[in-house]
Amino acid sequence: MALTIDKPWRPADQVPQVPAQLGVFELADAAGVVVFIGVADARSLFGLRGAVADALQAVPGAAGFRYESTSAYHTRYRELLMVHQATHGALPVHNAPMQLGRLQP
Amino acid sequence: MDLSLTAEQEMLVQLVRRFVREEIEPLERRLDPDADEIEPADKSRLIEKTRAMGLYGLDIPPAYGGPAIDLVTRTLLAIEMSQHRAGLYAPCYGVFGGAGLAQLFEASEPQKEKYLYPVLRGEKRGFFGLTEPSGGSDPARAIRTRAVRDGDHWVINGGKIFISGADKAQFGLVFARTDPDKGRGGVTCFIVDTDTPGFRVRRVVHTLRSAHYATELSFEDMRVPHANILGKVNGGFAIANDRLTRQRIPYAAGCIGVAVKAHAMAVDYVPQRETFGAPLSSRQAIQWMLVDNEIDIRQARWLTLDAAAKADRGEPFRTEAAMAKLVATEAASRVVDRCIQIFGGYGVTKDFPFERWYREMRIRRIGEGPSEVQRHIIARDLLDSPLH
Repeated sequence: MALTIDKPWRPADQVPQVPAQLGVFELADAAGVVVFIGVADARSLFGLRGAVADALQAVPGAAGFRYESTSAYHTRYRELLMVHQATHGALPVHNAPMQLGRLQP
Repeated sequence: MDLSLTAEQEMLVQLVRRFVREEIEPLERRLDPDADEIEPADKSRLIEKTRAMGLYGLDIPPAYGGPAIDLVTRTLLAIEMSQHRAGLYAPCYGVFGGAGLAQLFEASEPQKEKYLYPVLRGEKRGFFGLTEPSGGSDPARAIRTRAVRDGDHWVINGGKIFISGADKAQFGLVFARTDPDKGRGGVTCFIVDTDTPGFRVRRVVHTLRSAHYATELSFEDMRVPHANILGKVNGGFAIANDRLTRQRIPYAAGCIGVAVKAHAMAVDYVPQRETFGAPLSSRQAIQWMLVDNEIDIRQARWLTLDAAAKADRGEPFRTEAAMAKLVATEAASRVVDRCIQIFGGYGVTKDFPFERWYREMRIRRIGEGPSEVQRHIIARDLLDSPLH
């Protein structure tokens, strides 16, 4: 498994094609910079489809998304955050601070 | 043999049972079904309650501030504490505290000052670094991480896998080979600060436990002071082995608690659910599943309490601990599987906890020594032969 989500960005109008499954996703601004990392857990009404749609509305400047279906959504979410923090020195601008482990991939 | 509980044990069991039902289960209904943490504010509030109950730090020896409680009673409480959705790996979300790394109670006084007491105060976290990519069931031979003496330091090179909590820990116990010719007698336990140059958490290891990851570690020319050896040079295997043996009893108890809860849910459900005009409880196929559950649970419970009682009496309990671990993990796996069958389609949804227990219980037949190693231990003790 790649440490980051290694897929092309999709425009917001492709959200209806997202499966209603558990998983993780990233939002990017128009320049392709990751601005938010999110998770669709089992409380999400329509899984990734609902969670991505909600996040695109809530995150200012979000222009595209990419996702990964996974049943290990909790650990994958934390892994993405830790990898981002290790690579960029901080979490994406729209992720709230949280206690994470130290990863040195 | 009298297997009844004492009045004090009965009182403590009822106290913890009520705590799980009134404090843990309502919180859990608001969480994602795979969650293994609660909000910090809730955790602090509940820790105050367990302190008030006199049950905080159950695994801490009384000399260090823990409650004076024997292993049989501790086992009975562990069976109660795991009876909720996250209970197998996060019993009561940790609000009863823990001993951290029990091996540190045997540390030197300077080591206790630096590592044990901060852990007990909640200021530091540690990890237990034994398993390597070359294997975990036979650490005496599988440990390839090397430590070479260099003056007042040891230089460690190698790696570990399936290590919990290393990315958030301030230190860890790392087992390394210090004498390549001595097998189990050539392993030493080092206390390693995680900010030591050369220490690296390389990656997250995803498993069936979707809310909790393990990590893979690498050590590259990591210099550790000689003073950080826990116990003696080449004395690490005994430290690891003692921990593995003792850990098998609460490990078994957690499985029994989940089995008890799953079975109770099934017993409640079958009179309500009708098929072909009659409740499931009237079907012999279902009745026999419940009977088999009951027998599995009682066997596992008695073997586990027997192991705990032998440990409390100061008698050898390695064989009994292995039997408890073997029987409890396999019996609980069968119980959860049968309960899923009884609940049908609902049994595999995240609306109910069975699917989580099913996934996590599968790990229990491997973790802390797989079933085959438990049988190997029992056979060795039966035949009084060395481990080959």
